[in-house]
Amino acid sequence: MSLLSVDALSVTFAGHGTGRGAGRAGRATKAVDGVSFDVAEGQVVGLVGESGCGKSVTALALMGLLPRKGVSVGGRAEFDGADLLSMGEKKIRDLRGSQLAMIFQDPLSSLNPVVPIGVQVTEILTRHRGLKGEAARKEAASLLDRVGIPDPDRRLKEYPHQLSGGMRQRALIAMAVACAPRLLIADEPTTALDVTIQAQILELLKELVDQEGTALLMITHDLGVVAGLCDQVNVLYAGRAVETAGRRELFAHPTHPYAHGLLGSIPRLDAPRGEPLRPIRGSINDKIAWADGCAFAPRCDFYTLQCLTGTPELTEPRAPGHQVRCVNPVLPADRSADAAEVSS
Amino acid sequence: MNATPGLQKKADKIDRLAQLMERTETTSGAGLWREAFRRLRTSKTAIIGGVVIGVFVLVAIVGPWLAPYSPTAQDWRGEVFPNQGRFVGPRGENWFGLDHLGRDEFSRMLVGARQTLLVGVVSMLIGLVAGAVIGAVSGAAATLGGEPGKRLDTVIMRVTDIILALPSLLLAVSVAAVLGQSLTTVMIAVGVVQVPVFARLLRGSMLAQGSSDYVLAAKAVGIRKRRIVLTQIMPNSLSPVIVQATLSLATAIIEAAALSYLGLGNPDPAIPEWGVMLSQAQRFFDNAPMMSVYPAVGIIVTALGFTLLGEAMREALDPKLRG
Amino acid sequence: MLRLVARRLLQLIPTLLGLSVLLFLWLNRLPGGPASAILGERATEAEVARINRALGLDEPVWVQYGRFIKRIFQLDLGTSTQTGQPVWEEFTLRFPATVELSVAAIAIAIVVGVPLGYFAARRRGSWLDVTAVSGSLLGICIPVFFLALLLKGLFAVNLGIFPSFGRLSTGIDATKVTGFAVLDGLLTGEFDASWDAVMHLVLPAVALASIPLAVIVRMTRASVLEVLGEDYVRTAESKGLDKRVVRARHVLRNALLPVITAVGLLTGSLLSGAVLTESVFSFGGIGQFIRTSIDARDYPVLVGFILFIALVYVLINLLVDVAYSLIDPRVRVH
Repeated sequence: MSLLSVDALSVTFAGHGTGRGAGRAGRATKAVDGVSFDVAEGQVVGLVGESGCGKSVTALALMGLLPRKGVSVGGRAEFDGADLLSMGEKKIRDLRGSQLAMIFQDPLSSLNPVVPIGVQVTEILTRHRGLKGEAARKEAASLLDRVGIPDPDRRLKEYPHQLSGGMRQRALIAMAVACAPRLLIADEPTTALDVTIQAQILELLKELVDQEGTALLMITHDLGVVAGLCDQVNVLYAGRAVETAGRRELFAHPTHPYAHGLLGSIPRLDAPRGEPLRPIRGSINDKIAWADGCAFAPRCDFYTLQCLTGTPELTEPRAPGHQVRCVNPVLPADRSADAAEVSS
Repeated sequence: MNATPGLQKKADKIDRLAQLMERTETTSGAGLWREAFRRLRTSKTAIIGGVVIGVFVLVAIVGPWLAPYSPTAQDWRGEVFPNQGRFVGPRGENWFGLDHLGRDEFSRMLVGARQTLLVGVVSMLIGLVAGAVIGAVSGAAATLGGEPGKRLDTVIMRVTDIILALPSLLLAVSVAAVLGQSLTTVMIAVGVVQVPVFARLLRGSMLAQGSSDYVLAAKAVGIRKRRIVLTQIMPNSLSPVIVQATLSLATAIIEAAALSYLGLGNPDPAIPEWGVMLSQAQRFFDNAPMMSVYPAVGIIVTALGFTLLGEAMREALDPKLRG
Repeated sequence: MLRLVARRLLQLIPTLLGLSVLLFLWLNRLPGGPASAILGERATEAEVARINRALGLDEPVWVQYGRFIKRIFQLDLGTSTQTGQPVWEEFTLRFPATVELSVAAIAIAIVVGVPLGYFAARRRGSWLDVTAVSGSLLGICIPVFFLALLLKGLFAVNLGIFPSFGRLSTGIDATKVTGFAVLDGLLTGEFDASWDAVMHLVLPAVALASIPLAVIVRMTRASVLEVLGEDYVRTAESKGLDKRVVRARHVLRNALLPVITAVGLLTGSLLSGAVLTESVFSFGGIGQFIRTSIDARDYPVLVGFILFIALVYVLINLLVDVAYSLIDPRVRVH
């Protein structure tokens, strides 16, 4: 029984330019286009993809944090039996922070600069656990202590700009786990941090999740994070899952050309000398609509005209439970062939 | 490959896309203005502002030829008795009625547009040029002058702050007191008020540009400082100044009217100017309010036009809004 | 906190010094100088020389400047050529009226402007927003004295709801305590006098409030719009906090910071506006006095007023800085 079950989630932004001035084209954009995945209790699930693939929008949609105006959300997202997407404003407000919590990418801008850390931690305790005054302060101090912030009593009185980057992210994590949520969504929690701090923060997240049995939805573009943390991985491209598999399976047999390319583009120390790096061409802006075919086709080394005959379906060409959205997947027999093609 | 024509077309499109991808993506510099202009054309605010300004400038140019009567001849002197509260309102031959000296108000409005535009433009230019020079020196000194440059910048900015601290009207009054009462005085006085605004703006914008990566890069590859200022920092710092210039035209016209009201305006009553007309007419406001309303509406609508266009330009040039 | 105030006060010294030099130079550049201001323009050269000697104008410039500064510190701003009274006394006499008017105007601007700007931003694109934005544009573009005339013509002369001039009706005999008419009535228990003063205050205060109101609406709106898009507001929402907490603690508290600065910077335009508004309503404050001084070329009064305004301006902005630093911790650490 999964804790969170997302089914055919789609998010469409109405075109901008309805306001004064700017006057941009009023075309609607589909940021998320039918994404489905499950998160079980205690499981760590990764949403992977480059910026613009819809992974952050997915997270915001689940949290009910997308603006109501100009955005339409479709599909279902059952959390503990209730649909997060159709839930009333008040109800989801009660869930947010208590059962569902989120950690954001940039810890500096995600903390209110003019409110002391202490208030920002205690306000969530007051809201969901009814703690006030000294009790709230004590609990906040122990939370900071738990996420590894030394001298918590002093830190509670300080403001975000007085903390280091890693410290700020720890404070944000403290707020997120303050009410022992059942699902934690982490949106690129380490991107804005130094590499050494990144490892510490990931370690902390892992620890917290293991201790409490919290489910974690990890949103990242960093395959290193995925390799170290996730049980199950969903690779997103242009708003759709293109490959879903267990971590080991995905790293051993990336089958969608995009996932294949992503893994292939990581520099390797054990690669033969002189072998060039293999980036994926172009950017996510060079896409075609899913309705016309495979959105990745313009950047794909393996595309055929078949790729343009309509949206490819998710299939399991390699192993059960390993889903791939591609009509021309990278299978063992192609291996030598595609390597030759790429290097030519 | 025996594909259907539709498919082939799509395939071609993809190949084209692939080619496009190979090109490096650099669109900046001149692109900023082109982009801004494109957005201005679709902005309602900008269009309304532009049309208002267009009409105003047109009237300022051809107004004297359109005017049905002389703006200065007191043709109907015998019909107006301000002391007894007797005025002549709109009628067939005088669309806007007569002013307190029996002159045709409509003709005075048409002819007055030119002088109003002149006062606005000249005072704005005075403020712009003087302010830009001060701001540029200060900004250049602060970004590239090292420690002595920073000190010079501090001194200059302190002085402009002093001027900024003074209420603009009082500043204008002081200038007028030294220079005596004339149209030039009004323009200088209103212009001087704008100097610190432009100076601060250009300096701030140059400082922001000066610490940007591309200027660092230019310094790193050893381009001479003067060249960096002239070719890199200045062009990129000018857009807020141009926006401010548009907005300043509105302020200048309003300030000039206020100066006229305080009795510091153009002393020559023969040349109609909306601010002067308003300040003369306001004495008779209780008996002949429309006489004040015509020039006031002229001033307000014109100021609105410049403000709308300025705001639209600001929005169009705002990099945060660029999509 | 004290150190901040002390540092800001120290920073004022060069500003005020610079201003005094400018003023001094300006005084010396006046057509004909003080002599002709005193004697009129038809004075003979001998008379001018005599006056100059009497005023010490034949001494070196720096001696004159020293004396100028010394007199300022003694609050000796000279004598008004209109009334023959010391300028300082003329000011203190009229000061309460102008303060009353300005405070009323800025209060109107803040009390109306901040909520208006806030709700305009919250409901961006709604009729409220459109009205607030276009209204504030109009407020900036309408000459203050014309608005004052309009209000007076409509509500005082035609409808007779409010009095059209002065600070108190002629029949009312109020006891003077502080000089602030509204306050005096409350202090002495003469509530009808207070009410009368309030009625006299409404129209000029509304007229004077037009520009600050417009600026505050636009500032607040822009600032709230920006803050609403900030990450920390999203964080606050992600914590499931009450809407009220999110708005008060996370949106407004940040959004009001630039508005506070703007209020300080508005002092200058407020005093300019007071000169215009007070003369339309014959309000009897410093503004009206300046208006007549401009007509009479009463330079001692004008110089004194400029110094006075500069002082008020820097002091108010000092207050604003302190208030700002109380709210924004980032400014505190240096």
